[in-house]
Amino acid sequence: MKKFNRVFTVLIFIFLYVPMAVLIVASFDTGKSLAGFEGFTMQQYVRLFKDRTLLKLLGNSILLSVLASSIATVFGTVAAVGINGLNHRMRKTVMTLTNIPMTNPDIVTGVSLSLLFIFIGTKMLGIRNSLTFWTLLIAHVTFNLPYVILNVMPKLKQMDPSLKDAALDLGCTPLQAFCKVTLPEIMPGVASGAIMAFTMSLDDFVISYFVSGTGFVTLPVQIYTYVKKPLQPKVYAMFTLLFLLILVLMIVMNLLQARGMKKRSAAHAASK
Amino acid sequence: MSKELIRLQDLIMEFDGERILDGINLYINDHEFLTLLGPSGCGKTTTLRIIGGFLTPTSGKVLFDGKCINEEPAYKRQINTVFQRYALFPHLDVYDNVAFGLRVAKLPKAEIHERVQQMLEVVGLKGYETRRIDALSGGQQQRVAIARALVNRPKVLLLDEPLGALDLRLRKDMQNELKRIQQAMGITFIYVTHDQEEALSMSDTVVVMDKGRIQQIGRPEDIYNEPKNAFVADFIGESNILDGVMLSDYNVRFFGRTFACVDKGFAENEPVDVVIRPEDIDIVPAAEGSLVGTVTGITFKGLNYDIIVEFRGFKWLIQTTDYHGVGEVIGIRLNPEDIHIMHKSAYSGMFGDYSSYSAEYDELTEDAGNEEN
Repeated sequence: MKKFNRVFTVLIFIFLYVPMAVLIVASFDTGKSLAGFEGFTMQQYVRLFKDRTLLKLLGNSILLSVLASSIATVFGTVAAVGINGLNHRMRKTVMTLTNIPMTNPDIVTGVSLSLLFIFIGTKMLGIRNSLTFWTLLIAHVTFNLPYVILNVMPKLKQMDPSLKDAALDLGCTPLQAFCKVTLPEIMPGVASGAIMAFTMSLDDFVISYFVSGTGFVTLPVQIYTYVKKPLQPKVYAMFTLLFLLILVLMIVMNLLQARGMKKRSAAHAASK
Repeated sequence: MSKELIRLQDLIMEFDGERILDGINLYINDHEFLTLLGPSGCGKTTTLRIIGGFLTPTSGKVLFDGKCINEEPAYKRQINTVFQRYALFPHLDVYDNVAFGLRVAKLPKAEIHERVQQMLEVVGLKGYETRRIDALSGGQQQRVAIARALVNRPKVLLLDEPLGALDLRLRKDMQNELKRIQQAMGITFIYVTHDQEEALSMSDTVVVMDKGRIQQIGRPEDIYNEPKNAFVADFIGESNILDGVMLSDYNVRFFGRTFACVDKGFAENEPVDVVIRPEDIDIVPAAEGSLVGTVTGITFKGLNYDIIVEFRGFKWLIQTTDYHGVGEVIGIRLNPEDIHIMHKSAYSGMFGDYSSYSAEYDELTEDAGNEEN
């Protein structure tokens, strides 16, 4: 049984990571076809960094993700504090309501947001091209919010409520108490929420496709239009870099969580 | 006597329609060590949180120096708190925890440093400045919590079961330590505990509470020697409580016999509760006793034996240093000063009968008390 489990685990890892490995190998391949590996080269990476259009698209995506995840982190953290202050029943209801958009199919969210933006833009504000960078940003903040709230809530629940009382007791106004005591306590949750929101934003295609206009296009949306012809190998190089970026972020997030866990168990041991 | 600092006037507190405090009236003097003592759920912590400013009473007033502070938020009050489980800030080291309040008050750096150092010396934690909170033992965390509160030089320090999480030995040390700090700094302490021994040994004044009401206020000796009702008599130490009738001043009748006592001022033939402390009872040979009973149980307690003696179907607890085996017939003698008379109250008949007494029962109630933490 134990052996079976081990084999099974290995199979799953192969299943999950072989596609990525193929992509990484392809990005170093001199040949043009994916049929076989013909020789090692860094040429695709050189080409990538010479391609203004691709770099611009990547820049757009990163700019949008950073902005959207930052805004969502601030709003989401404040919202989580508010939700945590509600009584048990209200809290459960509100949490369910915030979780639903996460499970909603992206295409439904995308189309509804797009309809909403066009309606507000053309009917109410009288703008012809109502889908812009700003609609894209609003859409990304919207779908990022639940991820931030979901990451911050557990930290708030774990926090000893008397910590806040202690800060008030020592002369802090409620706002000071939040900044000096609550925020440092829930920081690991805030950070992992921000990272998750960033990655969600970075690779979103479906929602972005419906809410972006021609003025500001993100990388995934543009790549989709390439698919008709064979992709240029330098795109593989870019994907490899993106994959590594996400990988690093995930490792950082896991380390943050592991550190939080260790601290908690140490504190637990000391209180005994 | 020093002047009055805090007064609680007709405090009533209700949560979801449930009455937690039912008309608390109390004054606390400057420099006093006052203890709120009672079982879980008696309202002692609620009272403390109202004084600290973390709760607003449903009705009634909190006066500080004669001024009503009901509307004053916690951070404006000249009161600091040592919380039940210390509530130290885990992201700060010892020094930063202690300096927290002074930094919020924006004091000059040099003064902060001097006061923190001085306070760490008072609590015996010099050299621990850069330690992380989670690297400290329970007793050390306790000291940091006290230092963090006292460094702000509050007029009043509130302590919410501060020793509850410590083991017995450390608790005894910290009791002495707290008393010493209180006397050295001349600060009013309001202390909450369910441990009657702790209350008696540390306080100037003990306030016994139950069911949201104050049962008795007094010096520890008075509370112990002259409990006002069966609840206080039972909660503070062990008590045998019997039904009696006050025949006249200094004469009480129970178990069909008349005894001399030192109490007076009761109505003629008033039904009363008679309290006899287990350690006050003298055991004599059966022939010489004013009452004769049979030993039905014995427990070794270290300092003494707890024996259960049956007198006419009613079981008494007697503490003695001599061994008396089960089945032995003994006599007891009661001196007038061993008998304490109380008016009948709502608590009459609920306490003071040791018919169901056992050592395990004692431990059970102790656990129940700790669960409030």
